[in-house]
Amino acid sequence: MEVSIKNIRKEFDRFAALNDVSLNIASGELIALLGPSGSGKTTLLRLIAGLDFPTAGKIYFGDEDASHRSVQDRNVGFVFQHYALFRHMTVAENIGFGLKVRSGASRPPKSEIRRRVSELLEMVQLSGLEDRYPNQLSGGQRQRVALARAMAIEPRILLLDEPFGALDAKVRKELRRWLREFHDRTGHTTVFVTHDQEEALELADRVVVMSGGKIEQVGSADDVYDRPGSPFVFSFIGESSHLPITLRGGQILFQGQSIGVVSESGEGAGELFFRPEDVQLVDAADALYGKVTACRRLAGTRIAEIDIANEGNAPYHVEIEVPLYEPVALGSDLRFRPTRWKVFPG
Amino acid sequence: MVEDIHMTNAIVGEPPEFRNPASESPAAKAALILAALVFLTFFLFLPLVSVFVEAFRKGAGEYLAALAEPDAVSAIKLTLLVAAISVPLNLVFGLAAAWAIAKFEFKGKAFLITLIDLPFSISPVISGLVYVLLFGSHSLLGPWLKSYGIEILFAVPGIVLATVFVTFPFVARELIPLMEDQGTGDEEAALSLGASGWQTFWYITLPNIKWGLLYGVLLCNARAMGEFGAVSVVSGHIRGLTNTMPLHVEILYNEYNFVAAFAVASLLALLALVTLALKTVLELRFGAGNTGGKH
Repeated sequence: MEVSIKNIRKEFDRFAALNDVSLNIASGELIALLGPSGSGKTTLLRLIAGLDFPTAGKIYFGDEDASHRSVQDRNVGFVFQHYALFRHMTVAENIGFGLKVRSGASRPPKSEIRRRVSELLEMVQLSGLEDRYPNQLSGGQRQRVALARAMAIEPRILLLDEPFGALDAKVRKELRRWLREFHDRTGHTTVFVTHDQEEALELADRVVVMSGGKIEQVGSADDVYDRPGSPFVFSFIGESSHLPITLRGGQILFQGQSIGVVSESGEGAGELFFRPEDVQLVDAADALYGKVTACRRLAGTRIAEIDIANEGNAPYHVEIEVPLYEPVALGSDLRFRPTRWKVFPG
Repeated sequence: MVEDIHMTNAIVGEPPEFRNPASESPAAKAALILAALVFLTFFLFLPLVSVFVEAFRKGAGEYLAALAEPDAVSAIKLTLLVAAISVPLNLVFGLAAAWAIAKFEFKGKAFLITLIDLPFSISPVISGLVYVLLFGSHSLLGPWLKSYGIEILFAVPGIVLATVFVTFPFVARELIPLMEDQGTGDEEAALSLGASGWQTFWYITLPNIKWGLLYGVLLCNARAMGEFGAVSVVSGHIRGLTNTMPLHVEILYNEYNFVAAFAVASLLALLALVTLALKTVLELRFGAGNTGGKH
């Protein structure tokens, strides 16, 4: 099922949680809505589900305008952040609920419901736990019951709100891989919300980066990491440092001095963004230079924190990767140039 | 580590004393428990026992006779009738109010919460007087209703109204914190699975709040049967017609008919005891039910 979101606006008490958001989701895609809290990602997910209604704009399921259809009519599978399993029902009753509440002819007979439930339990690898209550399950098991329950109604799309938020790191990693396999097997159009960029980048076909009620960028993991479209995306995804610069005659000037880096285009003030790993130590006058204030080991790399003097104001703080085998003394001066960077006009 | 501690103690030669920092010394504990027990004995247990002692002072025969007396029977019937009407009404009102407050955001919510507490915060006598003002012979509504042959004041409807008013907060007060705590997540999940509003209420909301609801109903019922002040103002004390059990007890007592008075009072006390016992049982189960175990 394709989903297209057209110029959606959502206000809560006149505060715009979403502002003119448009997005096309292809059938069978696995999409991550990524952003800090308050960016509107959960609001967007709830609008798609029909748990909230847009102030303006439309949501299409395929060719059909679903904007004003109720959540019951939309036939979406929604997995809630804290799973919202019915605590007074067994695992089997939870999963079968969506079938049991169907009316008239569309309700399958009891034996059929039982068969579907055990099929779904097998699919989420929880066979044998039919008669357990939710409080007798681990976090990861609850998550999978919630998923099976959402899948039981044969949803047109699957929506997950912070699916791994409440799990510990190890289970989270396992389930992440498992969800990817699950998606590849069932082929459902899936949208999930997360604030964890690693999760979004690893899992999703496309990542929708959101901030302040707007979509900042939509793209593959490579797109948003290697070609960030805005200062926000550059700072939000991965590690980065930024400095105010001036573009003049194809040169990048920092504090009036050339840093020995040639810019592609543009004139005037801007902000230079670069990642710690995209930096080269140099022995030249026209480069950025600053004092090493701290040095820390980060997995297979070493990161140096550098203060760049700023005439009387608080120094600029940047982080660069330094070779593991080349010790960097605290307090020493380092000269470096970014090898890959991006200038956003400021 | 454990061995280290033992060794240190062996050297110092002092028995280790581990006490929860938040707990008191044994002497303080004993004093507190004693104070509570003495208080409960004098102010609750002895009066309760004396009710039964007085009731049976002239033997079981007199006791039963006092209860079988027509006015007493009519008072018991009326009390049961009033409870049977007002408790279901307050069950529905309380549930609706708690639902509105816990699950929706709307203007005037704080005001509604204050309103719900109103019967708790004003004297029952005032609650009764409100109805006298509303339906009395000098009011606007009273004579108009009377012209249609509807008697409110000094009749059963007035007693029911006063009781409903006084016992309104019990169910709502019990449910509001519970429903606020549970939020709307389960309901949203049910709706997203295709359940209708009614199915969601029946299969999800009600099971989630059933123990709290039952507890609120019990308290509401105890108060409905025991209410004196508000009912006394609106009842008119017509023997055999508008006397509830508490009113009947008072009349008998004022007539120096102590055995009969305490016999009827013992029934009310018994009701309180049964309610307490039920409440304890419910609390035990409520604890288990809330965490979602088998029930």
